[in-house]
Amino acid sequence: MSDDNKDTAGRPGPRERVIGTPSPAREKALLAEDDISAPAGVGDQLDEASAKRAERIVATLFLVAFAASVAFIAYFIGWSGRDGGMHGVSRARESNLWLGGLMALSFLALAFGVTIWVRRLMTSKPIVQERHELAADEETRAAFTEDFLEGADDSGITKRPLLRRTLLLAAAPLGLAPLVLLRDLGPLPEKRLRHTYWGEAVKKAQAEGKKGARLVVDGTNKPLRVSDFSSPGSMITVLPEGIEEELPEDQVLTQNAKAVTILINIPADQFKPAKGRENWHVNGIVAYSKVCTHVGCPAALYEQTTHHILCPCHQSTFDATDAAKVIFGPAARSLPQLPLSVEDGYLIATSDYHEPVGPSFWERG
Amino acid sequence: MSEATAPKAVEAPLTFLDDRLGSTTFFKRNMKKVFPDHWSFMLGEIALYSFIILLLTGTFLTLWFQPSMTETVYNGSYTKLQGVKMSEAYASTLHITFDVRGGLLMRQIHHWAAILFMASILAHMLRVFFTGAYRKPRELNWLIGIGMFTLGMLEGLFGYSLPDDLLSGTGLRITQGVAESIPVVGTYIYMFLFGGEFPGQDIVPRLYMLHILLIPGLLLGMVTAHMMIMWVQKHTAMPVKNQSEQQVYGYPFYPVFMAKTGAYFLFTFGVLALLGAFAQINPIWLFGPYDPGAISSGSQPDWYMGVLEGALRIMPNWEVSAWGHTVSFNVLIPALVPLGIVFGGAAAWPFVEQWVTGDKRHHHVNERPRNAPVRTATGIAAVTFYGLLWVAGANDVIADKFHVSLFATTWFFRVAFFLGPIVAFIVTKRICLGLQRKDADVIGHGVEAGVIMMSPDGKFSERHEAPREEERHVLLSKENTRPEAPARDAKGIPAPGTKGPIGHLRSRLNRAWTFDDIPVEEHPHGEQAEIEGGATSHEVRH
Ligand code: FES
Repeated sequence: MSDDNKDTAGRPGPRERVIGTPSPAREKALLAEDDISAPAGVGDQLDEASAKRAERIVATLFLVAFAASVAFIAYFIGWSGRDGGMHGVSRARESNLWLGGLMALSFLALAFGVTIWVRRLMTSKPIVQERHELAADEETRAAFTEDFLEGADDSGITKRPLLRRTLLLAAAPLGLAPLVLLRDLGPLPEKRLRHTYWGEAVKKAQAEGKKGARLVVDGTNKPLRVSDFSSPGSMITVLPEGIEEELPEDQVLTQNAKAVTILINIPADQFKPAKGRENWHVNGIVAYSKVCTHVGCPAALYEQTTHHILCPCHQSTFDATDAAKVIFGPAARSLPQLPLSVEDGYLIATSDYHEPVGPSFWERG
Repeated sequence: MSEATAPKAVEAPLTFLDDRLGSTTFFKRNMKKVFPDHWSFMLGEIALYSFIILLLTGTFLTLWFQPSMTETVYNGSYTKLQGVKMSEAYASTLHITFDVRGGLLMRQIHHWAAILFMASILAHMLRVFFTGAYRKPRELNWLIGIGMFTLGMLEGLFGYSLPDDLLSGTGLRITQGVAESIPVVGTYIYMFLFGGEFPGQDIVPRLYMLHILLIPGLLLGMVTAHMMIMWVQKHTAMPVKNQSEQQVYGYPFYPVFMAKTGAYFLFTFGVLALLGAFAQINPIWLFGPYDPGAISSGSQPDWYMGVLEGALRIMPNWEVSAWGHTVSFNVLIPALVPLGIVFGGAAAWPFVEQWVTGDKRHHHVNERPRNAPVRTATGIAAVTFYGLLWVAGANDVIADKFHVSLFATTWFFRVAFFLGPIVAFIVTKRICLGLQRKDADVIGHGVEAGVIMMSPDGKFSERHEAPREEERHVLLSKENTRPEAPARDAKGIPAPGTKGPIGHLRSRLNRAWTFDDIPVEEHPHGEQAEIEGGATSHEVRH
C-alpha cells in the first residue's frame, strides 16, 4: 500500500500535482465551508452546553452496554447453568432469548453511543486529498523493462532454448499430479447406478426357493400382506426385505436411498396397466420408485382423488394410474415401476427395477 | 504541534514497531486518508462485518460439531428424538443447540450472518453497478466481488448441508442429481464427490473441510485483496459538490471514519444478535434426521439458492437420449445457464462497456444511473431476470397463497422469464431519458420557484429560478456524449476500430449507447437573465 495521502487541509503551501491532470481548483475554496453538507454538529466549534448533553447521553449508552454485558455473563453462569446446565427445548429457548437479547443490547447500545459521539462530539473537519495517477511514469516503466530483460538475459533463459523447453516439460506433469492424486476420492460409477437392493433381495429369496422378495414397510420393517393394504387410495413407502438386517450399517442408508419405493392401491377400474407390464400389479396395487426422476427428491405426496404422485421439490407430477407418466413439471421420465406379485398372501417383488432409478445420467442410455 | 507527545501507552508500542518496521511512515501517510460519505458506501461494510461474525461464530460451532456420518443413537436432552438413530453430525448439532450454553444463539447468528453476508454483497454490487463504480481502474475489484458472491453460494450450500437433517439431506440429494446430469463426466463427479453412492459416509466430512477451511480461506484472501485495492485506489465518490476526478473530499480515516465504521460493526453484530435471539432460523430439531424416503413439504433453501431452485422449477422437461447416452437439459440448463448469464455477463460487462464506449479513462466519480441509460436498463433487466427466477423458486407457495394453479404460475414464469427483462429494459431506459430531460430542463430553464407572477398584460406565469449550487453540481455531473467520428471520412477511408464485422458491431453498439442522449448543459448567454426575469416560465392556465 504505497499511496501517498498528504493531508492538504489547512496547509497553505502549494499542493503536489500529477502531471497531466488539470490544476486543482484551489481558489474555489474546496475546503470546509458553511454550506458543505457536513453531518449536523460536526465542526470546529462545539456548543459546550449541547456537547455536554451529548456526552452524557453517550456515557449513559456506554453504561447500558456495560450493564448488559455483565448481565450476559451473570445469566450465562447463573441461570442457564442452574440445575446442571441446559436441558431440552424450553431451557434452550429461554437461554437463547436472554443471551441473545443481552448481547444485542450491549452491541447496539455501544453502536448508538459511538454514532452519537461521531455526530455530535467529534470536531474533525472534512478535508480534501489529491487522487494520484496509479500507473508508474514512463521512466520507471522503461527502467523496469530494462531490468527485466537484463535479468532474463543474465539467467540465460532466452539464449538457451534447450534449458527452457526441458524446464517446461518437467513442470507439465507436476501440474497434473494433484488431479491424479484425487483419484481415490471415490469408486468409478461402473454399473452401480443400474441396480438397487431389490435385485439382491429377489436373488436371495429365489435361492431359498421363493418367487421373490417381500416388501417391508418403511419404519416398522414388517412384511406386508395384500390384505393389510386393501383400501383403495392409500399409499405407503416400502423397502426390500432384509435391507436393514443384512447390510453392513454404513450401507443401509445408501441402499435405502435407491431402493425406496411407493406402494399405491388404485381402484381396479381406474388402473391402466402399461403394455408388457400387465401382471406387474396385484389387484391395482402398484409399486413405483420413490426417487424422483428429476433430481432425486422423494416423490412423496399422493393425491387420492386424482391419483397424482407429486414431488414437492419442483412439483413434477406423475400419473399413478398410467405407469407413473409425467403429466407436469420438470421431470422428463416416468417413475420406474417395480414388478409385483403375491406369495403366501404377502406382497413380493419378482425382480429388480428394469431401468436405473432416480435422475438421468450420461451413460443411462 | 510538533512538541506534542503522545501518551506513553501509545508512544511505546508505536516506537517499538517503528524501530523494527518503519511503520510510522505508513501510519502517517494513511491515518488521515479521506473517505467520502454516502449511505450506500456502507453496504460493502455490512458484508465485511458479517464475514467476520461468520468466522467468529463458525469457530465456536466447530468446537462441538462432529463432521461424521457414523450412525449413533441419540440420547441427549431433546426428548422427542431420544432413541432415534441418526448421524453423529446431526446428534452433535442437537447437542450444540440444546446442551451447549449459547449454542443455539451462535447457530442462529451464524445462519443469519450468512444470509446477511450474501444479501449485503448483492446490494453492494447493485450499488457499484448502477453508479458505474466498476469502471476503470476498478474492474479487478468488481471481478473479486463476483468471485466472492459465487463462493458464498457454495459456502452456504455446504454449510447448511452439514447438520445432516432432513432439509440438508434433501439439498444434497438435489446436488447429486445436478452433478449426475453433467454430460460425460457427471457420474464420475457424483462418485468422487460422495465417495460412492449417495449419501455414503464421506460427504459431510468432505463438505466440512471445504466449509471451514478451503472456502473461508479463499474468501479471506479475496476480502483482503478487495480492501487493499480499495485502499490504494481510494474510494469512489458520488458526483456531488467538492468531489472531482482529481480530488476526494470527505472525513479523515482517523478518527471519524474509524469510529463510524466501528459503530457499523457493532450495529451489524447487534442486529444479528437480535435476529439470533428473536427470529428462529433453521430449527433442525423439527426436521428430524435425514431419511432418503422422507421430505417435509414447503421446504425452501436459503434465499441465495432461490434462483437455481426457480430455474429448475420452470424449465420444461427436455431430455434427449440418443446413441446410448442421455442428456438432461431439464437439469443442465437451469443449473448452468441463468447464473452463467448473470455472473458471466456481470464479469464481462466493464470490459464490454469500455469496448463499446471507447472510454479508457479512469473514473473516480460515480455516474448517476440516469446518465447511463443503457447500463441502468441492462442492470434492471438483469435484476428482473434474477428476481423472476427467484420468485419462481416459490411458485408452489404463490400458487397456494393466491389460489391459482401451479400450472398457471409455472407458465406465467416461463413467459415472464423472456418478456420481463425486455420490458424492464425498455421502461427503465425511458425513465432514465425522462429524468435526463428533466435535468436538462432544470439547468436550461431553472426550477419552478412556486411564485406566480402577473405580467402587465394580465398573463400569469410561474417564476423560475436557477437551481441551488449543490443541485447544479449534481446535474452538471452528466457527461454529454459526443457523436463518434463517422465510420468513413470524406475520402471513404474507414475510421480506426470500425473495420470488419467486429468494428461494425462496435459502431452499432456505440450508437445504441449514445444516440438518444439528452445533453444537460448551461446555455452560455442570455438564459440567466431570462430566468431571473421569469420570461421563459410556463404559463399557468386557469
Ligand atoms: S426432484 Fe422431483 S421435481 Fe425436482
